[in-house]
Amino acid sequence: MIIVKDLHKGFGDVKVLKGISTTFHPGKTSLIIGQSGSGKTVFLKSLIGLHTPEEGTISFDGRINTQFTIQQKRQWRQEIGMVFQGSALFDSQTVEENVMFPLKMFTDNTTSEMLDRVNFALNRVNLQNSNKKLPAELSGGMQKRVAIARAIVMNPKYLFCDEPNSGLDPQTAIVIDNLIQEITDEYNITTVINTHDMNSVMEIGEKIIFLKNGLKAWEGSSNEIFKTDNEAVVDFVYSSNLFKKVREAYLNEKK
Amino acid sequence: MNYIEHTGKYFLMLIQVFKKPQRTRVFYEALFKEIEELGLKSLGIIMFISFFIGGVISLQTALNLDSPFIPDSLIGFAAKRSIILEFAPTFCSIILAGKVGSYITSSIGAMRVTEQIDALEVMGINSLNYLVLPKVLATVLFYPFLIILAMCLGIFGGWVAGVLSGLFSGEDYIAGLQTDFKPFLLVYAMIKTLVFAFLIATVPSYHGYFVKGGSIAVGKASTKAVVWTTILIVIANYFLTQMLLT
Repeated sequence: MIIVKDLHKGFGDVKVLKGISTTFHPGKTSLIIGQSGSGKTVFLKSLIGLHTPEEGTISFDGRINTQFTIQQKRQWRQEIGMVFQGSALFDSQTVEENVMFPLKMFTDNTTSEMLDRVNFALNRVNLQNSNKKLPAELSGGMQKRVAIARAIVMNPKYLFCDEPNSGLDPQTAIVIDNLIQEITDEYNITTVINTHDMNSVMEIGEKIIFLKNGLKAWEGSSNEIFKTDNEAVVDFVYSSNLFKKVREAYLNEKK
Repeated sequence: MNYIEHTGKYFLMLIQVFKKPQRTRVFYEALFKEIEELGLKSLGIIMFISFFIGGVISLQTALNLDSPFIPDSLIGFAAKRSIILEFAPTFCSIILAGKVGSYITSSIGAMRVTEQIDALEVMGINSLNYLVLPKVLATVLFYPFLIILAMCLGIFGGWVAGVLSGLFSGEDYIAGLQTDFKPFLLVYAMIKTLVFAFLIATVPSYHGYFVKGGSIAVGKASTKAVVWTTILIVIANYFLTQMLLT
């Protein structure tokens, strides 16, 4: 479980996060949504330790990440899987080498043991027969799958995804969403996703946090988002006509 | 950011670079890859330039020595001194600063803008140590051999130029090479090479690692890295010469 308390972060005079508190539960997929510039990426980067909070704490199963010793921090980082917006695969390494990289760095496994684990992770994301390909030879969706395989190869306790659907067609985006949710359920991982994709919000948002101007403006589930009266959330989520109609239909059905 | 801040940041970077590698096996793999990328792939250009510049140095010296009182062996002597003292260590290092420096900055800079460095950090890997240390060791270990090769080919190029042009004889040239040979000059050249190799690896790494923005920023950082590496090589050359030869 990740507990965030009163998180503040700024850069110079610009205050990006102005006191966010929330909790992320194991086995659940939590989504952070909000307009560009609302602080989503800074929030996610603070969670994974790439930014140090100015105030507030982030606790991972009772351990506060800013109080870690170097050894504890190293251990904690191995419990984290991260899928970056652009996949962030090492472009000089093959798919197999990319997925094997964390194992090579942090385990004493033999090469055959590592290969078994790599193949298991690649099979789990439905990516077979691409082991020897370079990232540049893969489509965007396949690159995302490799990134997910690399993120789960060390059996992480926490999975973070920054815009996992960006640049993908709607069908592939749904496949990636479902894959993340399946993995979250299967391994009881605490998953946090940063997204703009309203399909993801409706499909896999077991918990949704809406950020506005560096503050948590709303928090709830995908069912609750249909019923909410919060104007900021309604304006953001139902900005497209399609979603407006879906919401109207949902509310009419409830009546 | 002013120069003092950059200098401070550069030295702070070096502290991270020279930490113990997290995995020896991974480190050696990266080291051999960098020796190939930064060293072996530079062999061709260094061999080509050394041979022809050696020839030009000898021809220029021969053409400018028209007094009958100056022996032809002086051509070999002057070529040897110019090549060992300056051409091989300094001129070749400036060429390598351009070729290797831009490669280092653009490869690390591209990793920065595509979040690959963030990915390393999130995994708990000291990205500076993982990315830069193999490059520093590859250049420091391999460039002395490259520069010795440049010296040999430069001197050989001078001999070939003389023999082909007929401006001086091969025997005179070899006699000049053997005149007043001081082994310390080789030590001086090697010390310079090691310092320049260190600069060639670390200054472009600094510019690549701290790049901000997109592909244009990476391109600008590469240019900046080459310029700064060249400036630092020239300044270091002056101070090393002052300290070691005067």
